[in-house]
Amino acid sequence: MTNSLNIHHQDTLERYPDTSFPDIRQDTFSKTTLGFWLYLMTDCLLFATLFITYAVLHIETFDGPSGKDLFIMPTAFTETMILLCSSVTCGMAVLAALRNDTYKVIAWLAVAFALGSAFMVMEWIEFNHLVQAGHDWTQSAFLSSFFTLVGTHGLHVSIGLLWMLVLIIQLFCFGIDVMTFRRLVVFSMFWHFLDLVWIFIFTFVYLMGAI
Amino acid sequence: MTAELSLKQIQKAWHGTLKAYVTGFILSALLTAVSFYLVAEKILEVRALMYTIAGLALVQAVVQLVFFLHLGQEATPRWESVVFYFMVVVLTIIAAGSLWVMNDLNERMMPSMEERTKGTFHD
Repeated sequence: MTNSLNIHHQDTLERYPDTSFPDIRQDTFSKTTLGFWLYLMTDCLLFATLFITYAVLHIETFDGPSGKDLFIMPTAFTETMILLCSSVTCGMAVLAALRNDTYKVIAWLAVAFALGSAFMVMEWIEFNHLVQAGHDWTQSAFLSSFFTLVGTHGLHVSIGLLWMLVLIIQLFCFGIDVMTFRRLVVFSMFWHFLDLVWIFIFTFVYLMGAI
Repeated sequence: MTAELSLKQIQKAWHGTLKAYVTGFILSALLTAVSFYLVAEKILEVRALMYTIAGLALVQAVVQLVFFLHLGQEATPRWESVVFYFMVVVLTIIAAGSLWVMNDLNERMMPSMEERTKGTFHD
């Protein structure tokens, strides 16, 4: 019995030579990006629960307005396109960083920042209109879940904008080095992720609300 | 223990390319525009429209995961992919389970509109 187990163990050792275990990716860059990816995955679950809350509650309008009455489609479409462009320009910043072109990186990040700010301003105006018209989060379960879902995304984008400012200052001071490149890559992951979440908000909240 | 990598090594290992970003951008913009157009013009009937735009959103999610977030392109062992697929499993359980439970609850707890008006609903 012991003998056969031993043989079996040796078989596996031979079939999987010792190149990938222990893990070769032990450097700070790999560990940081993997760690941040883990955070993004948990954030994904957070958004998933908010989406489901919205899915369950969006019919409970308490005789108030529904999504069909409130959502302005062209605004939502413009917001989607702006955030997509911001996501791509952030990718361009990483590509410029591959060529060690600090000023191009800062320029692309500045464009991404401007687009992200435009997105936040549009969302802020939209929220303001709703609240001014008396349709705030206290009116119905539908509006509570709507403001929680879209507001959480907006909060993420706002934090991302602040992060981008800090990153621009760091790039300005230190140029492209191991540290700033790592931070830029991690930020780009965050920014692309937020665009990905917005696709689902656009589809499941705005488009489906309009049908 | 592996030594720390230099900036050059890190840049070499990074997998973003201009082609990937441009492809991702064009596909995403196209998919968003198609969803918007379908809803604005109301070409399909409601149920088909719902499924179509949900499908388009999923396709766009895959496009962005591959072209922007470089899913599945990392060096082996592919920890990022493993964690991602595990997250998808957890997400599916939470989503399907919650919707199932809540819809079932709604069906049992609330009389439908016609039952209420007809007065056929008893406790």
